[in-house]
Amino acid sequence: MIPAAFTYHRPRTVPDALALLGAHPEEARAIAGGHSLIPMMKLRLATPGHLVDLGAIAALKGIREEGGAWVLGATTTQAELIAHAGLARVLPILRETALQIADPQVRARGTVGGNVANGDPGNDMPAVMLCLDAVLEVAGRGGARTIRARAFYRGAFATALAAGEIVTAIRIPAPPAKAGAAYVKLKRKTGDYATAAAAAMLSLEGGRIARCAIALTNVAPMALLAEAAAAGLIGAVPGAAAFAAAAAAAEAIADPAADGHGPADYRRRMAGVMVRRALAAAAERAGG
Amino acid sequence: MNEIGDTRAAREEKLQGIGCRRKRIEDIRFTQGKGNYVDDLKLPGMLFGDFHRSPYAHARIRRIDTTKARALAGVVAVLTATDLKPLKLDWMPTLAGDVQAVLAGEKVLFQGQEIAFVVATDRYLAADAADLVEVEYEELPPLVDPFRSMAPDAPILREDIKDTTEGAHGKRRHPNHIFTWEVGDREATEQAFRAAEVSVKQLISYQRVHPSPLETCQAVASFDKIEGELTVWGTFQAPHVVRTVGAILSGIPEHKIHIIAPDIGGGFGNKVGVYPGYVCAIVASIVTGKPVKWVEDRIENLTATAFARDYHMTAEIAATRAGKVTGLRVHVLADHGAFDACADPSKWPAGFFNIVTGSYDFPVAHVTVDGVYTSKAPGGVAYRCSFRVTEAAYCIERAMDILAHKLRLDPAEIRMRNFIRREQFPYHSALGWEYDSGDYHTAMKKALEAVGYQALRTEQREKQEQFRRRETRELMGIGVSFFTEIVGAGPSKNCDILGIAMFDSAEIRVHPTGAIIARMGTKSQGQGHETTYAQIIASELGIPADNVMVEEGNTDTAPYGLGTYGSRSTPTAAAATAAACRKIRAKAQMIAAHLLEVHHDDVEFDIDGFRVKGMPERSKSMKEVAWAAYNAVPPGLEPGLEAVSYYDPPNMTYPFGAYLCVMDIDVDTGVAKVRRFYALDDCGTRINPMIIEGQVHGGLTEAFAIAMGQEIAYDEMGNLKGPSFMDFFLPTAVETPHWETDYTVTPSPHHPIGAKGVGESPNVGGVPAFSNAVNDAFAFLGATHIQMPHDPWRVWKAAEALGLQK
Repeated sequence: MIPAAFTYHRPRTVPDALALLGAHPEEARAIAGGHSLIPMMKLRLATPGHLVDLGAIAALKGIREEGGAWVLGATTTQAELIAHAGLARVLPILRETALQIADPQVRARGTVGGNVANGDPGNDMPAVMLCLDAVLEVAGRGGARTIRARAFYRGAFATALAAGEIVTAIRIPAPPAKAGAAYVKLKRKTGDYATAAAAAMLSLEGGRIARCAIALTNVAPMALLAEAAAAGLIGAVPGAAAFAAAAAAAEAIADPAADGHGPADYRRRMAGVMVRRALAAAAERAGG
Repeated sequence: MNEIGDTRAAREEKLQGIGCRRKRIEDIRFTQGKGNYVDDLKLPGMLFGDFHRSPYAHARIRRIDTTKARALAGVVAVLTATDLKPLKLDWMPTLAGDVQAVLAGEKVLFQGQEIAFVVATDRYLAADAADLVEVEYEELPPLVDPFRSMAPDAPILREDIKDTTEGAHGKRRHPNHIFTWEVGDREATEQAFRAAEVSVKQLISYQRVHPSPLETCQAVASFDKIEGELTVWGTFQAPHVVRTVGAILSGIPEHKIHIIAPDIGGGFGNKVGVYPGYVCAIVASIVTGKPVKWVEDRIENLTATAFARDYHMTAEIAATRAGKVTGLRVHVLADHGAFDACADPSKWPAGFFNIVTGSYDFPVAHVTVDGVYTSKAPGGVAYRCSFRVTEAAYCIERAMDILAHKLRLDPAEIRMRNFIRREQFPYHSALGWEYDSGDYHTAMKKALEAVGYQALRTEQREKQEQFRRRETRELMGIGVSFFTEIVGAGPSKNCDILGIAMFDSAEIRVHPTGAIIARMGTKSQGQGHETTYAQIIASELGIPADNVMVEEGNTDTAPYGLGTYGSRSTPTAAAATAAACRKIRAKAQMIAAHLLEVHHDDVEFDIDGFRVKGMPERSKSMKEVAWAAYNAVPPGLEPGLEAVSYYDPPNMTYPFGAYLCVMDIDVDTGVAKVRRFYALDDCGTRINPMIIEGQVHGGLTEAFAIAMGQEIAYDEMGNLKGPSFMDFFLPTAVETPHWETDYTVTPSPHHPIGAKGVGESPNVGGVPAFSNAVNDAFAFLGATHIQMPHDPWRVWKAAEALGLQK
């Protein structure tokens, strides 16, 4: 629980941060809230020689509405997200999710960008970003680019970020009309990663499901978009039978490992239960 | 003098004595971050130690190379078994009569075992250097399953004693066998089972768990080479015993060893024993001539510092068809890990497990316990319970429910039919104890009425019908637990630690202004001793509790005592406190009589002073008497006002209680939600009801953690799974249920103030209440016994086994 030695940097601009990351390509790690990286360092599973703290970069902070989308600065903390009334009105699923991340202390430090960018399958925000079809704004020494969340995750702690790149913001499209969304998480205790969790969003037209997205947390090496499960619901009347079919389709793509939360078969079944419950909550919120 | 016009009630109130909800005075510093813990200690030139530990559960050490570690700048020393051997400290005795390797030299016997102790100028360098120690191993097959320990082909773990057939507690049948402990009447019990109308038999396992106090184990050792004196500040629940054992082991005279236990952040039995870290810090200080600090981290604490439980209990009850018990038979397979380092009184290899007849009038009983070695960390400490009492209470409380289930009797009803009756006390149990006092029927009735038990059962039946009709996926469980503890070890006739009788002590000095300093042989780890001992003194001497300073933990100043664990502080040191106060009061009465110019038989104690019998207006306050003790004592009497008492309790005390738990179980996820938890405790005289409630809240929270998720689990290679709070279930305030507390008062007849001790009752009684609630929820579907812990996946699996997850 004692980390190895490292050099600490606290740049004030994105270019400075990128320069530092570029100067130590093998050794440097960006750090925001540190709630994934610091425990890994204390276990000496991560031994970065240089830590580039993004916390002093003003350009990475803040929540704003822009062209019909909501833009979250990468170092927006979970607590700031929870406290933002405008965001809570339009995209309540973000607040609902953030409130299920660990405890108030962690939420005061932990950032949305770090949660999304780290590629930890246990993190909660990746599934939500898949579900909402968010776009990540990325900066590197070669310039800026965008990556859809749905193209970002490659495996456990593996993402589409190139070496030296950082996520600067997350852009979330406004949800469609008559839409509802929910994030449902099963955990043993505060601070646990999910045994299984599911994000669901659906919109209704004429009492039938018009659009739907479902994503899963911590039942595979990375957050999963349950495309077949969602596709099967288009045109369906929301209800237990339809949701049970979607849950079965979601369970079919889940590939959890056995861990302290239970054996793989249990965790797969829990993914299904979470999908059913997330869909039911989303449908109720959509007015169905 | 009393204030003019003060009523008797106002005078009582000023004392803040026994029965008063006095706020904990230690919390003033704890809540402001001003506690003084071992890790707060910083001494000039202090060095830091860290361990290199074994990654294997069982392996032969071929070679240890410390060259690279020694070469790192800032590293002062690296100790291995080779360095400890000349000092005869490579092995140390355990409290259970075994020996334990301080540093492994030839073999490692569990994952995380200590191999080398690195000492460096800062904590980070020590960790870096510990990583640089190189060890070459020859892997050996691990022995994880205790049921395989005594198999003919089981790997032999303890080569150091493999040919020893006589252990500290009798014959050993196998190199991995530690002891067999037998108590009760085998023949009469067999006869009872032969004659039984019904009987039940069930393997009831109490999984390996860990006390995991918030503050881990730690020490700072400082050896003064000039004076030949050793000072150790450490997390010691029993500082005096540590000093005595330290003197015997090291050869340093006992008066030149100073053991200081400062504030302790929770103990729960984890800080009773002596660990390699303490020994290595001491040796390192002797070797380097500098103070050496050792602070284990959370992973080390969960991995290598003493675990608790790991008892596999096969319980059998014989009974009549009417549900009257006629015999109890229990066999226990006890997994002790690699060394027998249980912290029990020396003659009790399975602690007081023979309290397993519980609150019931068993005419006969027979118990055998087999202790075995496995490739796991040593321990077996009393985690917030008297020695093995939690295991015993869990065993009998589950078994009674299983019997009730078989007889289709209500769990509360079968208990009522079998309780020891009030008029049977003092009660001699079939397994040899003398229960001091109890009124079980009254307590149980009060509990059942408080929760509306019959209405709950009606609601449960309705929910069961709804479940059968598929209208709900929720089940309701009602857990009933009625426990009897045995605490306050203990009488010298049957309790000692390495030959030292388990008395305890108090030394009380009244100063001229009426201020008091009191020192005890016990050591609070958060229990609130500074508050409660002062309340006893206040009631006994008539001096306000606020004028009493209680000090513990420094072997130079405190009278000799055996420490705090097993709920023993109130039964032993609080008794000593009352006894010392009474000596002081007797002398004070002489002085008061002298001041009042009457014979001492003509004065009587009255709340906060003495008055002349029949003339209450002629009085002297204790404060006035204290002043007079230093300038106006009667002729022939020494000046001063102080006393010391060493109290050897005539018997244990037997707190009891009735706990009821109502649980709603989500069958789809296996999540069990505690709807209601009611705890009635009878701990005899209640010294501070607020502290009792706090103790009950804490103990129930730990019981909840144990029953609903805690487990120190190993894989088949002996790797410990999840040794951190990411995995080990430590509930936060969010998950912790709301606790309702209640009480009855049945004083102990042999304790000076009638108190019994309470700190551990909620853990003892709580675990079966939770577990019985889970089992009760599924019983109507045919489930007999679902093993702990009841974390969601296991509950889900139990439902699956009943065909509920299709």
